[in-house]
This record gives sequence, structure tokens and C-alpha cells, in this order.
Amino acid sequence: MSNAFVQVDGVALRHPGADGTLALEHCTLSVAEGEFVAVVGPSGCGKSTLMRLVTGLWRPTAGGVVVAGREVAGPLSIAGMAFQNPSLLPWRTVLDNVLLPLEVVKPHRSRLRRERAAYEAEARALLALVGLAGFEDRFPWQLSGGMQQRASLCRALIHRPGLLLLDEPFGALDVFTREELWLVLQEVWRTRRPTVLLVTHDLREAVLLADRVLVMSARPGRIAAERRVPFPRPRALEGTYTPAFGAMVGELRALVGAAREVPAGAA
Amino acid sequence: MRRSHAEAALPWIVALALALLWEAVVRCFAVPEFLLPAPSAIGASMAKWWWPLLDSAARTLLNTVLGFALAVAFGLALGVAIGASPLLYRALYPLLIGFNSVPKVAVVPVLVIWFGGGIVPAVITAFLISFFPIVVNVATGIATVEPELRDVLRALGAGRLDIIRKVGLPRAMPYFFASLKVAITVAFVGSIIAETVAGNQGVGHLMLVASSRFDVPLVFAGLVVTGAMGVAMYALAAVLEARTTGWATRGQRDGLGFGA
Repeated sequence: MSNAFVQVDGVALRHPGADGTLALEHCTLSVAEGEFVAVVGPSGCGKSTLMRLVTGLWRPTAGGVVVAGREVAGPLSIAGMAFQNPSLLPWRTVLDNVLLPLEVVKPHRSRLRRERAAYEAEARALLALVGLAGFEDRFPWQLSGGMQQRASLCRALIHRPGLLLLDEPFGALDVFTREELWLVLQEVWRTRRPTVLLVTHDLREAVLLADRVLVMSARPGRIAAERRVPFPRPRALEGTYTPAFGAMVGELRALVGAAREVPAGAA
Repeated sequence: MRRSHAEAALPWIVALALALLWEAVVRCFAVPEFLLPAPSAIGASMAKWWWPLLDSAARTLLNTVLGFALAVAFGLALGVAIGASPLLYRALYPLLIGFNSVPKVAVVPVLVIWFGGGIVPAVITAFLISFFPIVVNVATGIATVEPELRDVLRALGAGRLDIIRKVGLPRAMPYFFASLKVAITVAFVGSIIAETVAGNQGVGHLMLVASSRFDVPLVFAGLVVTGAMGVAMYALAAVLEARTTGWATRGQRDGLGFGA
């Protein structure tokens, strides 16, 4: 694919050290601009490793990663990240937590002081989008887990990243909060249209949100299967209980099960 | 409201009760004054020698605060460096522990040879004894930044300095203030040791002179004054802590210590 926004090409990654495990091997995938791709797979298959390679936090042992037409050689400021742990700073208010990336990312960090009001308005708009209007001046520890994760999502989005990397962002939340945040994320994606790479354990989450679901094999991880999700958008929660949706989740479940079988001879 | 008033008065009540018990024991068993003076005798001695006591206390406080200030500056700098760099940590930590294990009384004569008597050995001893807890605590705070948070910032292009400034330092502040409370009390130990061994001034020197004259009530008066200064400085550190790092106790005001 020539118009790929993210292109991972035959990537391998061996963790450093004499007995370093091979986390990824022959891993190839591509994500088009504005596409929402979910990555699922058995635990320990290197999904999070893949994330770190795409953001440039780690360098591949073999193969190459290209994002937005450029070889990834270092941390990418066009990426926003959110993890299972919201990791907000407890000494900052929600608003100041959301503004944190602007104090670091290049074009913004020098402008922040002068154009503080404009940036703050942007942060407030984002917080309103995820349903946190009125909580700007609270501290993270005064919020529930789901609200913290919403704020974490805003922090990932504040510098208008072209690429959003989400590593099991809803993994630690209860089912009801999780389902609510699926819809929030879908709304964010529909209004902002970032390219999204979502790592998840939850197959319903993957099918509800993604345009395409990639199934990774057990370690060393590579893309073992791929399914395009045909359902029209916006997708509602009720849709997850239709037979077609259930069939798709079931099929993916079988693929993940098959991917868990460690191929003979693998370390 | 009534309850918190009672709680505030509690330490005073306990101290008073202890003093009364002490007084009663000394009187009942007719303990001679040169062994254990009664609180009333200590009070009388304080009233009699109020000027030398005040003068010595001021000097000891100055020595202690100077040494403590040096410890804060060096401790903060070294703590940040060690916490941020695993290499420095590995290189310096064993050395620091070894250094901290040396009894400071043994160092004072060396300091006297180098700097003579007076204020310098006391300030340096206070510094030496109080900077270790600060280094260890600040280093811990900086070194335990959550990896996800580091990744979020690094992925945005943050350098090492950015991460220390935005996350490491604020995060280390509760550790830092906790260490200040330990450091300020041991700083008094340091300056008084030096004053006793080498000095010609301060509460340490005053107590040495008093004991050589068998003026035991005055020795105890010196102890009481030192203890009071320690409590006062500790309370100051605790108030500062509550003001600046209230987030760490999640807004609860009933934490440890003398927090407001």
C-alpha cells in the first residue's frame, strides 16, 4: 500500500541482553490515514512492543517502521498515547494535565505562554467532548477511574496528533464504564479523524470501534490474520448484540485461539 | 471543632503530666540534684541563666540552619542527579552509605584541624549528618517515575531534563519534605556534637562547661532548649510540607506530624 500512514515492514525486535526474548518477528502491517485499526492477540504476544516501535520509543532489531512518509528514527511528536493506567499527575488539575503535552511538544512549547487562553479553550472543548465539562479544576484523585481515563484520552489528543496509539486504554475499567468510553472514543474519532492504532484484549471493543482488526500470533509476534469490520458507522452499543456482530466476535475468538498455538520450533 | 482543639492540646498535656511525674519522683525519692534535677530546678536554672542560654541557643540555631541549608542545596542537587542517572546511582551510592556510616563525632577533630574552632566545624557537621536522608529521599522520588508516564512524555519528544522538571521534581517533593523533617532534627545533633567536642560557643559548649562545674540543672536546661528548637523547626517543615504537597495526602488534613 503506497498511501499507508503507518507502515511496519518485516519488523523484528529482540529485547536487549544475552537472553533477550524475541518479541516480534516478520511483523508487517499498514494503516491508512484516518483509519481505525485494532490489534488483538494472546497475552504476551508483543502488542505493546509494537506500539513502542511505532512511536519510536524503541528501535526495531530488523525491518523498518515508516510513519507519515518518514522512517521512524526517534520519538514521534505527531503521536498521542494513552495506556491502561491513566498516569495523570496528581499535583496538577485535570486541565493542567491535559495541557502537559503542549509544554513539551515542539511548535507548542514556545507558544504556550503567549497563547495560553487559546490552548486552554481547546483543552476545555476536548474535555467537554469526552463529558468532563465542569471537572477542569478538579485533581485527578478526585475523579473516578473512568473519568481519569477520559482525561488521559484528552491529554493524548491535545496537540492534535495525526496518530493516536491506545494500549488497552479501557482494560482496567468496569464493563459499563468501558462501554460508555467506547462511544466517547468513537465520537472523538469521528470528529477529529486521527489515525488510530488500538491494542486491546476485548474483542467486542475491537469490532465495535475498528475498521480493521489484526490478530497477532503468540511470541514472537506477527500479524496472523486480518478481518475488515463491515458494520456502518456510527455503531451503537445495541449493535453488539446482533447475530452478525456476535458471529464476527466469535470468528476473531477462534483466530486468537489458533494464534495461541505456539508454532513448533519457536523459542 | 472541640475534638481538634483537644487534639492540639494533647502534646502539651502529656508533656506537663510527664514533668509532674518527674518532679514527684525526684521529690519522693530525694534524688540528689547532681544526678537528676527536678523540672522546677531546671526551670530555676533557665531563669537564672537566661541570657547565656538564649545566646548559646541562637548560635546553635544559626549553626544548625546554615548546615541544614547547605544540606538541602547539596542533597537536592545530588539526589536529582543520582535519581535520574542509574550509572551515577551505582557509582556513588555505596560511597554515600559508607560515608554516612562514619560516626560524625569522629570527624569533628579532623574538621578542627582543618578549620580551627568556632562556627565552621559545627556547620559542616550539621551538614554532613543531615544531607544523607535528603539525597536518598529525593533520589527515590525521581527514580520511581512511572514508566508509562515517562513513555508518554518521551514519545512527545521530551528530553531527560523535561521529564525531571515536569514529573520527577514535583513527584519527589513529598519525599523531599519527609526527609526535611528527619534532616532538621539530626542537624541539631550534628551542630551540638561539634560544639561539645570542639566549639567555644553554642548549647553544646554551654552544656560541656556546665557539666564540668557539676551544674546539672543547667545541662538539662540546655537539653530542654535544644529539644524545643528541634520541635519548632520540625513543625515549620511540616507546615511547609502541608502547604506545598497537599496533593500527596489527597487533601486529607489528618496526616502525620504537625500538619496544619
